Amino acid sequence: MHHSRKNKKKRNPIVIISILKIRDLESFSTNLGERFWVKVTFHLFDGRKLEAEGKVGDSLLDVVVNNDLDIDGYGACEGTVTCSTCHVVLKQKDFDRLPEEAGDEERDMLDLAYGLTDTSRLGCQVILTKDLDGLEVKVPESVNDARS
Amino acid sequence: MNLKHLKMTFRLFSTYKNIPRVCVVGAGPAGFYAAMHLTKKLENVHIDIIEKLPVPFGLVRYGVAPDHPEVKNVINQFTKFAQQKNVNFYGNITLGKDISLLQLREHYDAVLLTYGADEDKTLGIENEDAYNVLAARNFVGWYNGHPRDKDLKVDLSGHTAAILGQGNVALDVARILLSPLDILKKTDITDYALQALANSKIKELYLVGRRGPLNVAFTIKELREQIKLENCATIWRKNDFIGVAESVNSMPRPRKRLTELMLKSLNENTNTVNDNQKLFKPIFYRSPKKFLVNSEKHLTGIELACNVLTGDKIEDQKCVSTKDSEILNCSLAFRSIGYKSVKVDNDLPFSSNGVVINENGRVINTDVSDLAKLYVAGWLGTGPVGVILHTMSNAFQVAKLICEDLKKQENYKKGGFLEFKNIINEKTSVIDWSGWEKIDKYETEEGKKLGKPREKITCIEKMIQIALT
Ligand SMILES: Cc1cc2nc3c(=O)[nH]c(=O)nc-3n(C[C@H](O)[C@H](O)[C@H](O)COP(=O)(O)OP(=O)(O)OC[C@H]3O[C@@H](n4cnc5c(N)ncnc54)[C@H](O)[C@@H]3O)c2cc1C
Ligand code: FES
Repeated sequence: MHHSRKNKKKRNPIVIISILKIRDLESFSTNLGERFWVKVTFHLFDGRKLEAEGKVGDSLLDVVVNNDLDIDGYGACEGTVTCSTCHVVLKQKDFDRLPEEAGDEERDMLDLAYGLTDTSRLGCQVILTKDLDGLEVKVPESVNDARS
Repeated sequence: MNLKHLKMTFRLFSTYKNIPRVCVVGAGPAGFYAAMHLTKKLENVHIDIIEKLPVPFGLVRYGVAPDHPEVKNVINQFTKFAQQKNVNFYGNITLGKDISLLQLREHYDAVLLTYGADEDKTLGIENEDAYNVLAARNFVGWYNGHPRDKDLKVDLSGHTAAILGQGNVALDVARILLSPLDILKKTDITDYALQALANSKIKELYLVGRRGPLNVAFTIKELREQIKLENCATIWRKNDFIGVAESVNSMPRPRKRLTELMLKSLNENTNTVNDNQKLFKPIFYRSPKKFLVNSEKHLTGIELACNVLTGDKIEDQKCVSTKDSEILNCSLAFRSIGYKSVKVDNDLPFSSNGVVINENGRVINTDVSDLAKLYVAGWLGTGPVGVILHTMSNAFQVAKLICEDLKKQENYKKGGFLEFKNIINEKTSVIDWSGWEKIDKYETEEGKKLGKPREKITCIEKMIQIALT
């Protein structure tokens, strides 16, 4: 069953700071076997490479918003699966190991995205898990060519 | 030169020297997205957004359906942007009426036109002016509270209605007419529209397409929503789908999934319909020939020409009208076959299909030294197709060009809005962003009283009055 994450509130900066502090504490406890933070790299169409960290349970959109990553127009509908500006392309192996497949709602929006591929997902629907640490995704350019 | 003038000149030369000034005309998504890109990519830039209405956001406010509030979330990004110090919103200024293109070009380094496509295309057939033949665009404006459409006469007392056209706007209109009232009540649909819909007798709605199921212009999300609509049955004509299932596999994914959804729904057709259900009936291969009217010129039906496909491969077949025709009895019809832009200023090169002639956003043959270069983005430049995503990507591309051109320029001597403020103030009451914030607050508060997110003010004078208090 697929659920969209509607009406998510953006974290305000103060909350982010406090979470960072918690993270610092957590990095001391990695030897306990628990890791809550996941590294993600966004490869942009213009050659830029943006690296950031997100918490397990965050979506890729959360990572972009919370880290204030500079990706033009990303996440216009704020994660409500109604805009497809959060389109990302994954590597096949990462695509295959995502715990949840795209539901109808997500596929419907993906069908409008530019440069749709077989390993495309909406970033607002990709939820970070521990195994996704080191995830690399491509953010395709949103240009008007090859539209069907 | 009086003291005031001197002070102004001083200000112009001290604070504003050597910053490029860009004027954006039209505060819809194209204007906002382009402006956002410019402030991001240029270290120093000043942007004035001029808008005809006292309120911003274009079709996000007045087009997007009230039961799709998520789509309107993009307003949050625009709002954050508009609060930047180097960005100004000036509402209630109409290009071509309160200010001319030439005037704007004299006072800016670049002028970007993003004023959309406000006029609807007509069919050009007999009795198109009959009572209850409406433009879908005006109906949308009516339920969304556009000042232009607030007094539209909509008669929902008949049993059957027809929408001519099969795009997303057609589906929006269908959904609003067929949705249970309880859903609409919680949206920002105007109160008068809600009252009218509460008394609606429409039970059966046709969605008429000139070509076949493979040519529909609506997108899958909107169709899925319509098919799932509570208390409404979707009925297709089996004959319309001959040969369709066979060609599905060779289509690109989006078209394939959309067609498969239609086929799936078609196969569920046989389910019995109960008396309380409303009926949604898409029909294909029919072109409106003329509207039929009674002696008072009220709509009674539409004569539809029957079309056939010619050619071998189903994907590239041509659609031609035969001599046969069919009568569709209905007392309400919507024309939803597209829009065109208005040539608001004589200096604008317009193409016959209603867009500003441009090359990747540069308006061609308009370069004059000392006048701002001219650009166009959004529906005014691309034609009225696609969703916000497409408008956004076009706006970014055009903004990129503007950046390149501005960077080539060595110095900037234009003063922007302040230079013509006095002339404008004589013509119209300019509403700035804080004025819009007052309107916004008022509307939200009025909405709260009615248990909805907002109740829009539909009268321009009232907007102005609230904004200027
Ligand atoms: C009924 C309808 C429903 C839609 N629903 C959706 C949806 O659910 N999701 C989606 O993604 N897309 C939707 N779209 C598409 C989306 O609205 C467009 O892609 C987008 O709004 C186009 O942006 P624009 O800035 O070019 O034009 P507009 O949004 O039309 O903005 C143009 C602005 O210019 C102003 N203006 C006009 N004339 C002048 C003048 N002379 N001087 C100054 N200003 C002027 C107008 O008042 C307006 O504010 C819908 C479109 C319609 C028509
Ligand atoms: S943010 Fe709009 S679909 Fe993901």
